[in-house]
Amino acid sequence: MTDTNQALKFTPLHALHLELGGKMVPFAGYAMPVQYPAGVLKEHLHTREKAGLFDVSHMGQAFLSGSDPARALESVTPADIQGIPDGMQRYGLLLSDAGGIKDDFMTTRLAGEAALYLVVNAAMKDADFAYIGEKLKGQATLAPAPDRALLALQGPLAADVLERHSPGISQLTFMQARRVTVAGVPAIVSRTGYTGEDGFEISIEGKDAEKVARALLAEAEVLPIGLGARDSLRLEAGLCLYGHDMDDSIDPVEASLVWSMGKRRKEAGDFPGADRIGRHLKDGAAKKRVGLRPEGRAPAREGTEIADKTGRIVGRVTSGGFGPSLNAPLAMGYVEKDFAANGTKLDLIVRGKALGAEVVAMPFVPNRYKRVKK
Amino acid sequence: MSEVRFTDQHEWVRLEGDEGTVGITRHAAEQLGDVVFVELPQAGRKVGAGGEAAVVESVKAASEVYAPVGGEVTASNSALEAEPAKVNEDPEGAGWFFKLKLSDKAEFAKLMDAAAYQEFVKGL
Repeated sequence: MTDTNQALKFTPLHALHLELGGKMVPFAGYAMPVQYPAGVLKEHLHTREKAGLFDVSHMGQAFLSGSDPARALESVTPADIQGIPDGMQRYGLLLSDAGGIKDDFMTTRLAGEAALYLVVNAAMKDADFAYIGEKLKGQATLAPAPDRALLALQGPLAADVLERHSPGISQLTFMQARRVTVAGVPAIVSRTGYTGEDGFEISIEGKDAEKVARALLAEAEVLPIGLGARDSLRLEAGLCLYGHDMDDSIDPVEASLVWSMGKRRKEAGDFPGADRIGRHLKDGAAKKRVGLRPEGRAPAREGTEIADKTGRIVGRVTSGGFGPSLNAPLAMGYVEKDFAANGTKLDLIVRGKALGAEVVAMPFVPNRYKRVKK
Repeated sequence: MSEVRFTDQHEWVRLEGDEGTVGITRHAAEQLGDVVFVELPQAGRKVGAGGEAAVVESVKAASEVYAPVGGEVTASNSALEAEPAKVNEDPEGAGWFFKLKLSDKAEFAKLMDAAAYQEFVKGL
């Protein structure tokens, strides 16, 4: 064992991952399963066909309390936190003073509860919690919940499966959240996820995690899914991976995440970096995150240069690989604004050769969220 | 009678006369996971022992395939372009990558035999 291995943290499901044959790799300071014996390709396709169970306990969970935590939280995000209805979750961006993206996160307002429930990225949680705690000092108190585990059950059969262990849960619609019991233990369940499929995230006490995971894995529709398939699923869904598709040099307009900003917030301009972001909202940013479909079968990986048809470099791939459901390579990256329109023909420079590619709308694979019918 | 040798980069080469057939080992295929793309060298290309000769990509990552011995490429397994999964199904058979005419058979003799390669993998 090296020092690096000894320093890795384990989630409450570590023993179960080993029992299931998980291939463990270091990720964000944790030993996490990159895949199980089925392999990335089968795990990916299984999630889109049936249901997959993901251990995302490495993510950061916390509760934000105070006299008006929603108002306080808006000082570090342009999302409409005050407008989150009871029993709903919302996606938001944590911004630096300069308007750069420090992380993306979920905020939940549980019915009848004063505190907000937050989930942030694993790799960023220590930095995020310190930043939020400092910025909101005197207005709100952040209490990290390191003893909680988080499971994601994703796929078209996820609702059928979870209903057996939490009767009534399938009545939730996309982005709704509720305190319920799952397999007999108290849980916060939201109808969300990061695969583009219908599904749920299940927050429970760490001590209950194995019981819930085993109950779900005992269902015929469910396979355990590793980080490898989680990455290919989120990429097909057009969703960003922090540290790759966005970082603190990028603002919400450049990242094509303006939809995550509240209308009221955009009008008021009352968020960090409002000068820069307001200018970009009005005039457009110099570069923009886009989806790319390479011609042929060769994947274009992160870091691949993007050139226009004269050979001039106009951008760079930030996530790229092969989409098992698309059965084709796919990528996202940043390009100069004049090359960001859907249908624009570009080249990807893979191993010194120019491979044709086209700018396309995302998601690459249609999402299947259980939205409220309007 | 053909003979198979292995490299510490997890390629195999089967020698018949002065022609070698090259692929990646079962161990390498298992480590890579599901192969989704291969890039093969064209016939006529000259490669040195240990030189980059092909590329194999799984869902997650791209890896180089090195020439176990030097020589001139005589053929590549174009069936892999349509069916890259053959690399996982039969890595040391139908999943071969390319053939080459050896420039120096002494390079072949220096590689590991099956028993030595098994020991090498065990030690990883």
